[in-house]
Amino acid sequence: MKVNVIVTLKEGVLDPQGKAIQQTLNGMSFSEVKEVRQGKYFDIEVNIEDEKKAKAKVEEMCKKLLANLVIEDYKIL
Amino acid sequence: MKSSVIIFPGSNCDRDMEVALKKFGFKNQMVWHNDSGIPKSDLIVLPGGFSYGDYLRCGSIAAKSKIIKSVIDFANSGGLVLGICNGFQILTETGLLPGILQQNKYQKFICKNVYVKVNDTGNKYFKNIKKKILELHIAHNEGNYFCSENELKSLNNNNQIAVTYCNENGMESSEFNPNGALCNIAGIFSKNKNILGMMPHPERVIDKSLSSNDGNFFFQNLVENFK
Repeated sequence: MKVNVIVTLKEGVLDPQGKAIQQTLNGMSFSEVKEVRQGKYFDIEVNIEDEKKAKAKVEEMCKKLLANLVIEDYKIL
Repeated sequence: MKSSVIIFPGSNCDRDMEVALKKFGFKNQMVWHNDSGIPKSDLIVLPGGFSYGDYLRCGSIAAKSKIIKSVIDFANSGGLVLGICNGFQILTETGLLPGILQQNKYQKFICKNVYVKVNDTGNKYFKNIKKKILELHIAHNEGNYFCSENELKSLNNNNQIAVTYCNENGMESSEFNPNGALCNIAGIFSKNKNILGMMPHPERVIDKSLSSNDGNFFFQNLVENFK
């Protein structure tokens, strides 16, 4: 089955790319944009059919490689 | 004195490092990332560059490479491990050093000389160093050091902050901090000070025909401390 993961910077951690995107959007007259936080999206195909087991495995991957827990949070979708 | 420089795909300061180590008397060997072990060494160096293209996060893939287990074992047994620039990023990703190197505050790749101050001399890297304010070269996009409050407290309590950005007189301020690093941190030690990670490149400034030769103080001193 396929498991999707989103990794984002923790709240309060400086995100210069998100800030630049926000400023660009504001400059493009999207004045309603207050903040942009940029993240990463992973599409992971695993050969486990049981959803619970697959997600548990992906969670292990998140902790060990996909996210650096000093500054990032992960969300398994 | 034997040293080993580990080469990852994308390392680009490995040979500069070898030149510097040999200049000061190290018998150096180059070790490929896919080798299963490291020859007997007194010092292991993780050089600068862009290991694995900086994919995922800088240093994160190198931190899981085949050779890294040997580096971790060596470090945990008290061996000296030096990580410069990408090497520092790899050390934080392995967990051998706390914190992480984030993208520079102003989103620019910085390539210039900076001054750094040696903060602690109770270790094999800086003991008896003749100059405490060094002009070294930096070249990085992710050098903005960050760690949790607890980690910072522990770094301070154990004198693990090795070098900090400053001006030529040793004055620290945000003006002389090129990348937004927490507390102007340019390099840190592990708890027992056998591991040193730092963003500046001493190996790039070892000849008076270059923009600085303060790297000589670093390597000369390192060699002396091995004798």
